Amino acid sequence: MSDVLDVLESPDEQDLRSGVRDMLAAECTGQSVLSFVSAGADAYDAKLWRTVATGMGLAGLLVPEAQGGAGAQHRAAAVVAEELGRAVAPVPFLSSAVVATTALGSSAAHDLLGRLASGELTAALAVPYGLWSAPPRLSSQYGAVTGTVRGVADALGADVLLVPADDGLYAVEGTAVRRARIASLDETRPLCDLEFTSAPARLVAPVAAVPSALRVAAVMVAAEQVGLASWCLDTTVAYLKERYQFGRPVGSFQALKHRLADLWVELTQARAVVAYAVADLADGGDDGLIAASLAKIVGSEVAVRAAEECVQMHGGIGFTWEHPAHLYLKRAKATSVAYGSPDRHRARLATLVDLPLEAS
Amino acid sequence: MASVMTEADLRARISAFLAEHEPAAAATGSDSDRLAFLRARFDAGLAWVHFPTGLGGLGAGRSLQPVVDDAFASAGAPDNRPGRIGIGLGMAAPTILVHGTDAQRSRFLRPLWTGEEVWCQLFSEPGAGSDLAGLGTRARRDGDDWVLDGQKVWTSMAHVARWAILLARTDPDVPKHAGLSYFVLDMTAPGVEVRPLRQLTGEAEFNEVYLTGVRIPDAHRLGEVGEGWKVAQTTLMNERVSIGGGAMPREGGMIGVLASAWRSDPGVRTPGMHDTVMRLWVRAEAARLTGMRVRQQLAAGAPGPDGSAVKLSFATLNQQISAAELDLLGDEGLRRDSWAMGRPEEVDFTGRDAGYRYLRARGNSIEGGTSEVLRNIIAERVLGLPAEPRVDTRVAWKDLPR
Repeated sequence: MSDVLDVLESPDEQDLRSGVRDMLAAECTGQSVLSFVSAGADAYDAKLWRTVATGMGLAGLLVPEAQGGAGAQHRAAAVVAEELGRAVAPVPFLSSAVVATTALGSSAAHDLLGRLASGELTAALAVPYGLWSAPPRLSSQYGAVTGTVRGVADALGADVLLVPADDGLYAVEGTAVRRARIASLDETRPLCDLEFTSAPARLVAPVAAVPSALRVAAVMVAAEQVGLASWCLDTTVAYLKERYQFGRPVGSFQALKHRLADLWVELTQARAVVAYAVADLADGGDDGLIAASLAKIVGSEVAVRAAEECVQMHGGIGFTWEHPAHLYLKRAKATSVAYGSPDRHRARLATLVDLPLEAS
Repeated sequence: MASVMTEADLRARISAFLAEHEPAAAATGSDSDRLAFLRARFDAGLAWVHFPTGLGGLGAGRSLQPVVDDAFASAGAPDNRPGRIGIGLGMAAPTILVHGTDAQRSRFLRPLWTGEEVWCQLFSEPGAGSDLAGLGTRARRDGDDWVLDGQKVWTSMAHVARWAILLARTDPDVPKHAGLSYFVLDMTAPGVEVRPLRQLTGEAEFNEVYLTGVRIPDAHRLGEVGEGWKVAQTTLMNERVSIGGGAMPREGGMIGVLASAWRSDPGVRTPGMHDTVMRLWVRAEAARLTGMRVRQQLAAGAPGPDGSAVKLSFATLNQQISAAELDLLGDEGLRRDSWAMGRPEEVDFTGRDAGYRYLRARGNSIEGGTSEVLRNIIAERVLGLPAEPRVDTRVAWKDLPR
């Protein structure tokens, strides 16, 4: 909890942000995401993912340099996550390039990391999307795993699944698993149920890799939530300036202005909290779990509130399928549950900061 | 651009200064030893390093200030009792720096910083609170002087202040924002009467100030005649970062009081209160980290509307946290230390008892801009939302209904 962590964006990070934002403005519009969701066919937008992962080379930001990546660039990864969140982009950056990649760490699976870094493969950690603590473990025997996992994010299109089992984290080929797509609250990041039946598996990391991946996940999904919330705020403000009722711009009514001012304050705070958690990760993580839980709580709360206000303040048009507001609402609510709801993280935080409910 | 002062340069200057001026002796010595040390620190440019050379600074980056403050504090040097001169440091000084003449800067800044002269702020009036630009205290020109008549209110520290920053109406015939001028008032001048204003806490931390035929030399005007509103913006922007914008450790401020109360008595804990405490802890930490980020952003520039957000959340949080503390304490929280009308010279929002903290926090969303005004500022200046239709901006001040 040092006061010297630099929580401002560097010029390089600003360049990265505008590069990603410009690309997304061209290749990932509200309408294109809406078409993707309406079709309900694909696991993710493969063309967009090629641009992100291979074209811009962003899949390897967290892969060690020795394995062909950029080497633990958490600040850069957070910038990318935020911009992808701003566009509700249906790509497996968070699940593959952040969570699965972090779980692999600098493990024995050098080949796998290199192929993830290049964007040739995607991977998903086979745990429920809402997992925040120790993972459920499948049984492993003779190099094969057996069991089921419900509600896994981005597993449908993953080439490799990372499966926590009794004695370690195993890699399983996606084609060796029975995958059942679920109609998911957030179809921009669809969930599926997994059934492993003596699926051939390779031990790649200790199970302890899972909690550290979930900690990074909590911070990066919070960055995504900041991007999501800022789209909702910007879009709502722009709409309220042009929408006239009672002979005035709707945005001139204090009843709405004050709510948006409060939302801006909350977003400004979320930005600071996430910047701090990212800086802490990049700096080695002295304040680790506290910073991550804070980020996940504050990010989730602002994302849900921003998306709900966005729908409400758009009035009738905001409730339609054709307007993209609902994509943000669904992503906001789903990410609020993802990697531990705010309530779960408050419970964890209570222990971490010595404010327990029960007398010790 | 002026010099590029590095941290290493600065540390070298600090070491040289401390070698020459024994800090511990000054701290434990007489008042004049203390003062001599503070004056020397000012003259060495180690008071507020982002101020210009000759005015207590070195023209360095604002971000280097903590380096100086930490070095002097750890050397055991006397400080300038910032709790007593908050209005001078936070509001008067930045305004004088930006809008003052050379003569005004060199007269006022040094004794302001050393704490020899306490400042207060004569802005609010009984008829002009949120609508500050509607104020009615009149300043009429008379030769080289201005003659003031009117009443100010909500004035902290007026009972000990040597100087005041003051906003008055110099032209009632133009729209309200255009008819204001900004002055420095000598609080010892004839016609200045300070009366205690007792607050709902029982204390009289604030005052009413009556001005009857008070003369201010024109040389004590800050900025041009009729540009008082513009000058006041500098004061107000700085005020909002000075309330609740200071650096503090985790669990500094009001949340630390609540957290200690939670830890010290397991008997008062309930699941509902636990949820409240954790939610407030998170919001307080978020506000603290936001302050840290705003200070890093400020390091090179001047406070903008972001300060309004810091002050707004500070007020809301202080109220919620102090209310939660009373809920948590139950019967014990209902015992106050005293209702005697004290006249505090320093204000500590987290001080005294839980009842005081709860009651004093109600003022946090009124002083320094109400939370409603701050939300308008954010909505209009940050988000660019249109203003409410107004009836008061194009009419001469004297013709406004009141």
